[in-house]
Amino acid sequence: MKETIIIAGFGGQGVLSMGKILAYSGVMQDYEVSWMPSYGPEMRGGTANVTVILSDRKISSPIANVFDSAIILNQQSLDKFEPLIRPGGVLIYDTNGVVSAPTREDIEVYSIDAAAECARTGQSKMFNTMILGGYLKVRPIVQMENVIEGLRKSLPERALRFLPQNEAAIVRGGEIIKRIR
Amino acid sequence: MAAKDIKLMKGNEVIAHAAIRYGCDGYFGYPITPQSEVMETLMELRPWETTGMVVLQAESELSSINMVYGGATTGKRVMTSSSSPGVSLMCEGLSYLAACELPCLVVNCQRGGPGLGTIQPSQGDYFQACKGGGHGDYHLIVLAPASVQEMYDFVGLGFDLAFKYRIPSMILADGAIGQMMEKVVLSEQRPRFSDEEIAERYGSWATCGKGKRKERNIATSLFMDSAEMEEVNLRLQAKYRAIESAEARWEEIECEDADYVIVAYGSSARICSATVEMAREEGIKLGLLRPITLYPFPTEAIKSLAQRGVKGFLSAELNAGQMVEDVRLAVNGLAPVEHYGRMGGILFNPDEVLDVLKSKLIK
Repeated sequence: MKETIIIAGFGGQGVLSMGKILAYSGVMQDYEVSWMPSYGPEMRGGTANVTVILSDRKISSPIANVFDSAIILNQQSLDKFEPLIRPGGVLIYDTNGVVSAPTREDIEVYSIDAAAECARTGQSKMFNTMILGGYLKVRPIVQMENVIEGLRKSLPERALRFLPQNEAAIVRGGEIIKRIR
Repeated sequence: MAAKDIKLMKGNEVIAHAAIRYGCDGYFGYPITPQSEVMETLMELRPWETTGMVVLQAESELSSINMVYGGATTGKRVMTSSSSPGVSLMCEGLSYLAACELPCLVVNCQRGGPGLGTIQPSQGDYFQACKGGGHGDYHLIVLAPASVQEMYDFVGLGFDLAFKYRIPSMILADGAIGQMMEKVVLSEQRPRFSDEEIAERYGSWATCGKGKRKERNIATSLFMDSAEMEEVNLRLQAKYRAIESAEARWEEIECEDADYVIVAYGSSARICSATVEMAREEGIKLGLLRPITLYPFPTEAIKSLAQRGVKGFLSAELNAGQMVEDVRLAVNGLAPVEHYGRMGGILFNPDEVLDVLKSKLIK
């Protein structure tokens, strides 16, 4: 098993922390993991992305230019990363952030209305875990108990009281994700 | 090992944890991207409340290296960290530390240069780290971590070698290794040495109190008498020859039957290990030699591969071609040696390196 994932969106959308939760879930499942962020001018506003790799073998390069899965939260990131998904790979995008839908026919495409769902329930901070839930529904590469443990490990102490809401958001994400093609 | 004993951390964060756990006495630094998490993490961990380690933000890199200089004279385990432009400011201090034969640890989390440059990863400081930077005939021991675990381990190794040879050690990392997170296993807490232990271990040179000795210890790099200055140089050179023969470290991946070998260190070596996997899938017998110490350089290891009949070497670095000079010296004309690099904070991809290897060496 080796899964190379790119998560990309605006700074502040929880891109890096979503990646960290996923990576820590992988640690809990005894996978080798790497988490390689963009840390440049992006983090001063603009786009942010992180490459997460989960593997049952030693990870050679933590840097990738072909991805098994892409989780895309804005248009700029879709434009940049849609061409870099391997044929047969998975693309998940948040409908709210993307103006022109993906065009590739040789990949699995899913949309998730997480921004709208979070707005409906008034829990905007659960946006990234809801998206993660959608991804894990499509690509169940880590068991849910390890995801919860990964979540516990990656949340700062002050946020641990939001663990139940995050768990619920992960479940909800799995329910609302839709296959486009 | 149970999964819960394993932490997921950034390379920069583990430098801080390692400093505390390897019994460091003092950290003096000044913030600069992409390594500011080192001091941030130390400030969060508050080691002055546990091990008694001092953590101090100096007013500049000039100040932090000179605080290291002062601390090192007393036999304490002291360190600093910075990124490329900050390390340039430290080079005068490094020359003084080397001349006084003082142990310390300096971490350079390289970013793109020259000048103020960019904040993205680069390996443009190989010459500075391995060939000087400061003035005079001196060397640092230079360690090149290729993983977050090595970032941790090399703090311990760097201090051990620094004290073994009374020489400054440098961890030459880059923004990629500093910013990425991987699994890391932390070692047990090693206690800091007491003042008595320091006097016992390092009393022959450290300015830790004269005690019952007849002569006081003096740390100086000023020798007005040329003959005396040459003596100091000869002693330094003898030490460097001893280090060169005993301390070269490297890793060989798939080199045994390799027709072609990539030489790469740090984050480049990680990328190129994927190049080796790709090449092997295509039936190209490619290997990777990863220098772990850049000084001393694994000259003999590369030379023996060349003598064994490797048909070509590619030095893959995130610079315009620096380590390639040492690879050429090691190969010494036995096989072609080419370079491939990207600059300014751009990383190469594994397939890009393979394409270059094919066009430059296999043809």
